[in-house]
Amino acid sequence: MKANTYNYKRVYVWELPVRIFHWTTVISMAVLITTGFVIADPPAINSSSEAFNSYWFGTVRLFHFSAAFILIANLLFRIYWAFAGNRFANWRNFIPYTKKGIQNILYVLKVDIFLQKDKKHKLSDISIGHNYLAAFSYTIMTLFFVIQVITGLGLYADNSSWWLPKMFHFVVPLLGGDIKVRYIHHIFTWLFLVFILIHVYLVLYHDYVEARGEVSAMVSGFKFVRAERIKETEEEIIEKTEKQMWNGDTEDE
Amino acid sequence: MKNSVKKEETYYESIIKQGYTRREFIKFATYMTAFMGLKFSAVGQIMEALETKKRIPVIWEHFQECTGCSESFIRSDHPLVADLIFDHISLDYTDTLMAAAGHNAEEAKQASMKENYGKYILVVEGAIPTKNNGVYCTIAGRTAVDIIKESAEGAAAIITFGSCSSYGGVQAASPNPTGSVPVDKIIKNKPIIKVPGCPPISEVMTAIVLHYATFETLPELDSQGRPKQFYGKRVHDSCYRRPYFDAGLFVESFDSEEAKKGYCLYKMGCRGPVTYNSCGTTGWNNGVSFPVKSGYPCIGCSENNFWDNSPFYKRLENIPGTSIEATADKIGKIILGTAAAGAAAHTIATNVLKKKELKENECMGEINENRIKE
Ligand code: SF4
Repeated sequence: MKANTYNYKRVYVWELPVRIFHWTTVISMAVLITTGFVIADPPAINSSSEAFNSYWFGTVRLFHFSAAFILIANLLFRIYWAFAGNRFANWRNFIPYTKKGIQNILYVLKVDIFLQKDKKHKLSDISIGHNYLAAFSYTIMTLFFVIQVITGLGLYADNSSWWLPKMFHFVVPLLGGDIKVRYIHHIFTWLFLVFILIHVYLVLYHDYVEARGEVSAMVSGFKFVRAERIKETEEEIIEKTEKQMWNGDTEDE
Repeated sequence: MKNSVKKEETYYESIIKQGYTRREFIKFATYMTAFMGLKFSAVGQIMEALETKKRIPVIWEHFQECTGCSESFIRSDHPLVADLIFDHISLDYTDTLMAAAGHNAEEAKQASMKENYGKYILVVEGAIPTKNNGVYCTIAGRTAVDIIKESAEGAAAIITFGSCSSYGGVQAASPNPTGSVPVDKIIKNKPIIKVPGCPPISEVMTAIVLHYATFETLPELDSQGRPKQFYGKRVHDSCYRRPYFDAGLFVESFDSEEAKKGYCLYKMGCRGPVTYNSCGTTGWNNGVSFPVKSGYPCIGCSENNFWDNSPFYKRLENIPGTSIEATADKIGKIILGTAAAGAAAHTIATNVLKKKELKENECMGEINENRIKE
């Protein structure tokens, strides 16, 4: 097989704020999910000590609430960045309202989820940033976040004297009591876990199959894109040919 | 006619006529002021109201219920509290407790309703069945729906006493065979004060009636229509076991060492953290105790649909509406497991179906590897 290696170019896809957002989400969610499960069913750490000696369960709750506020701030920032960030961070990626978006979703479903042959093999089918299906899953995830934040703040409202949680006082009566709200909050925690599993798996999958730095992109910000897809300016082309000519000359000697 | 003469009495007059002393009357007024969470200077206001204001007639309807709320009410801490409303001072109609029965009772009600049109307070105990034209609860040949509509017509305000009339209670629990609904599903045009609880704390009703008599307004209600001063706090926030909660010291089983030590009952399914009531502060039976104090987890009896959130002794209840033992955790684990299995299967399938691409990538990489400049 006369194998030719492709040329790849490094493209700055995930700007620093996007990466910071991503890892802040990871950390705050890790804290929220673990403390959340502890709060739902605390482990038996019974000791003979009296209550004045310890406050561990209170501390667990404090971590849960603090992480929640970090997550909320983080989320608000990301929404802002969906308007201020680069083309890959833009909100338009996250809602498949164009024909292109829907076609891309079908493509990803066919090729990546159901692993069918990619017969046409168009370069532009491979998304540089998120593919549309992934991006749409993040939109759904954001909805989950909103539900989680609303139910969480609703449950928290009566603990607080701050106006922000207090604004969510309406949630509990609306959904029919604290017990139900707590239940919804609990169920969505599981959905997050499922999301995380699928998300991490698919990132690994893409890196494995496409080998363009999918995993490390969230650290460095760069992804590798086939050189054919990058426009070259006229000067660049001229420069390149000149260089080649010059190189050719020297080789001749 | 005899009735209407009696009705002209003020609260004070009838209290004295009952044989209470003025000292007892003052004690009662002070007690109620404190109970209602008013400032101390309001004692005078309460007393004045009781001395000068004519009593407010109360009509008490009973529908689908166990009468436990009435039981709770007649065991009120302070004898005057019960007397105030019961001993023919205010209560014009309550079919379970009044002396009259049958047609006499119904007539008395009709008479009082006509005479006090727009002035009386209607107390409702029990839910109202609506299925099959409401035949599941009939009194004197009329359905509960019919009766409530009639008696609500001339009421100044409605107190729904107990979880059944406030939220539907046990008969509205899934699958709700008789189509029971709380009062506010039927009566839309009257102020409704919800006093949920199974049973509710008796003084709450006296406090509402007194509040209405004194200030001529209804007490402040929260977003769910409950009087704020009694339902403003979670049981959990006024629970004396709270330090154990914060310290993470929990009872793991009844009759254990931890239970004896009085640790927090959270893991025994205590609904204190999701239940709004004043049990923790007022207590029951003259402030002697309340469930948590007796080592029993709160079952959240004053919360909407609390029956459907069983089992009571577990933190994680069944998913409402399912009768199988399907906790969110079980379902969550199944979904997560399925997703993990799916990912594993997908990995294998990728290696099989994308073999060509993967091989190609590898070849190219190998070529480049061989071309590395030393
Ligand atoms: S016993 Fe119940 S109400 Fe009291 S602190 Fe524990 S969980 Fe809260």
